[in-house]
Amino acid sequence: MDAMILQLFNGISLGSILLLVSLGLALAFGLMGVINMAHGEFIMVGAYMAYVFQTIVAPYVGGVELGIWFLLAIPAAFLFAGLLGSLMEVTLIRHLYGRPLDTLLATFGVALILQQAARSIFGAPNVNVSSPAWLTGGFDIGTGVLLPYKRIFIIALVVVVVIALYFYLYRSANGRRLRAVMQNREMASALGVRSRTVDAVTFGIGTGLAGVAGVALALVGPIGPSLGTFYIVDAFMVVVLGGVGSLMGTVMAALLVGVSTTFLELSTTATVGKVLVLLLIIAFLQWKPAGLTALQSRS
Amino acid sequence: MSNQLFSLARRWLPFIILMGLLVAAPLYLSDFRLNQLGKFLTFAIIAVGLDLIWGYGGMLSLGQGLFFSLGAYGFAMYLKLQASGDKIPDFMFWSGLKELPWFWAPFSSPIFAIAAAILIPALVAGVLGFFIFRSRVQGVYFSIITQALTLLVSIWFIGQQAYTGGTNGITDLGKAQIFGYSLMSAEVKTSFYFGTVVILGLVYLFCYFMVTSRFGRVLMAARDNENRLRFLGYNLVSIKVLVFAVSAAIAAIAGILYVPQVGIISPSNMGVIPSIEIVIWVAVGGRGTLLGAIIGALLVNYGRSYFSESYPAIWQYFMGALFIGSVLLFPAGIVGSIQNFANRLSRKWGSERTATPEAAATDLMVGIQPSQAKGQS
Repeated sequence: MDAMILQLFNGISLGSILLLVSLGLALAFGLMGVINMAHGEFIMVGAYMAYVFQTIVAPYVGGVELGIWFLLAIPAAFLFAGLLGSLMEVTLIRHLYGRPLDTLLATFGVALILQQAARSIFGAPNVNVSSPAWLTGGFDIGTGVLLPYKRIFIIALVVVVVIALYFYLYRSANGRRLRAVMQNREMASALGVRSRTVDAVTFGIGTGLAGVAGVALALVGPIGPSLGTFYIVDAFMVVVLGGVGSLMGTVMAALLVGVSTTFLELSTTATVGKVLVLLLIIAFLQWKPAGLTALQSRS
Repeated sequence: MSNQLFSLARRWLPFIILMGLLVAAPLYLSDFRLNQLGKFLTFAIIAVGLDLIWGYGGMLSLGQGLFFSLGAYGFAMYLKLQASGDKIPDFMFWSGLKELPWFWAPFSSPIFAIAAAILIPALVAGVLGFFIFRSRVQGVYFSIITQALTLLVSIWFIGQQAYTGGTNGITDLGKAQIFGYSLMSAEVKTSFYFGTVVILGLVYLFCYFMVTSRFGRVLMAARDNENRLRFLGYNLVSIKVLVFAVSAAIAAIAGILYVPQVGIISPSNMGVIPSIEIVIWVAVGGRGTLLGAIIGALLVNYGRSYFSESYPAIWQYFMGALFIGSVLLFPAGIVGSIQNFANRLSRKWGSERTATPEAAATDLMVGIQPSQAKGQS
């Protein structure tokens, strides 16, 4: 029973990280029909942001132990990764509009360049970020099973992000424009929505969230130039499974992939578990080709 | 009449010249360079197969490296058994296996090994393709699903140390013998080179006749407007499954030719990055022009061997720039650009263009790049 609770917790933890990563992918895919192969590299950018804050900023704000640097690194990673993503949208993706496969290749080129840049700046070996003192240890659920504070923090962070994104998408003027463009770009443009601006801003939000995911990942493991590649394929699967209709679809898909991956990995091996998840997703597409939630649209 | 001759020459002369250069290569290349060219030609074979499915079918498979490696592993299993003689392969011994696993045993027969090396990848592609295309998954979904499969299988192969040799792969194949000759001997190496040239030529011709046939026109039509074709009553699932399986088999054949020339196959040939690099060969040469796939594969690989030895970091940046530049600035690729240019010239000079269906088809291939076509998402 305890083992089950721990597995469920690990699954939700993995799912919440996947969710943070896939939200940006799903938004960009729903809006522009493109898959950003460099999305994983924005995770890497965020993770190195945490590393930079730990080494450069931490001494000025109370040291590594106190962890103010870490709280500062989260918005910094969001802004930096977001600006980088918007820049990429304006300079590259915009010019490939309507050519989704070409976008896939071009963004893969960006991924190669970002990885090599990280290697040139920080070196090829992995670096470590030590977490703040208040995140070490864990929460004892009573029977000796310890839920690490780091992972609880990550889950809480993701919950906050998803709620914020919900209000942005469904309760703000910008979000309304975004959904309008997603449903029918031509009609929205005709009614005065600046669809190009919406693209750039949304893309930036998506990559910014990947950056936040990177800061979170810096807590739980080493950071290397290829950090993003470990999560990106799972994130693709979340997008395929969740569809592009709504926030809810992505949330459900991420948790589903996270939990089923951890449980299948427990009962088989790590790779067989992943293969099974992929096969299950392909099987699911036989039943619902558009994913869990499909966008209702006449365009 | 002269027009016909002209268009015939225009269509076949580049291919004949290329084949001539390749056949004559032993005259002007050292043994080392010849072996290297032979390796690159196997890459060119994969590229032609990818061009068939991507350039003409609009399906960007990111799993060609997987099919290539499955073929290569299949034939490497035969060579390894051959090289090990009566004993079990060394990496199995190191992993604590006492007996040959049952699924290795039939690979001691070269016929079985070659057949399995081609049929297994084709079958994997066929089954995967059937389920993907049946649910009408297309565009980027197809790409990322094939990529996920590639990643998972390559991780799986690394994990199965005792059965696949793990990270090292299947090594030391140089000791194997083929028809009583050592794999390392100059005669065998040269014959494999010529074999690769001949098979490259045959694969090219096969794909050429495939895309210029009625089947090819249906394939291109499906690329450009899938729904319209479906409304016209075509069964696109079987067409797409067939093309995907054929391209996987072509990649596997390339793998079979690769292994004896290089003497090793490892998961590093299989993963995500090798698979997507194949795409860039085709993009650089010009998608939808089979010749471009060959030229792109050769150019990019020569570029890599020239740069990566001395400046690996710069090569990585250059590779990234190549991905971006080839889709942003030169979507037609080298051969596509040349054809466009030649078309413009011939139009300028007022020589009337031949109105044969083949010429129309070539114009279509040059004029409409797959990804610009509507009907994709």
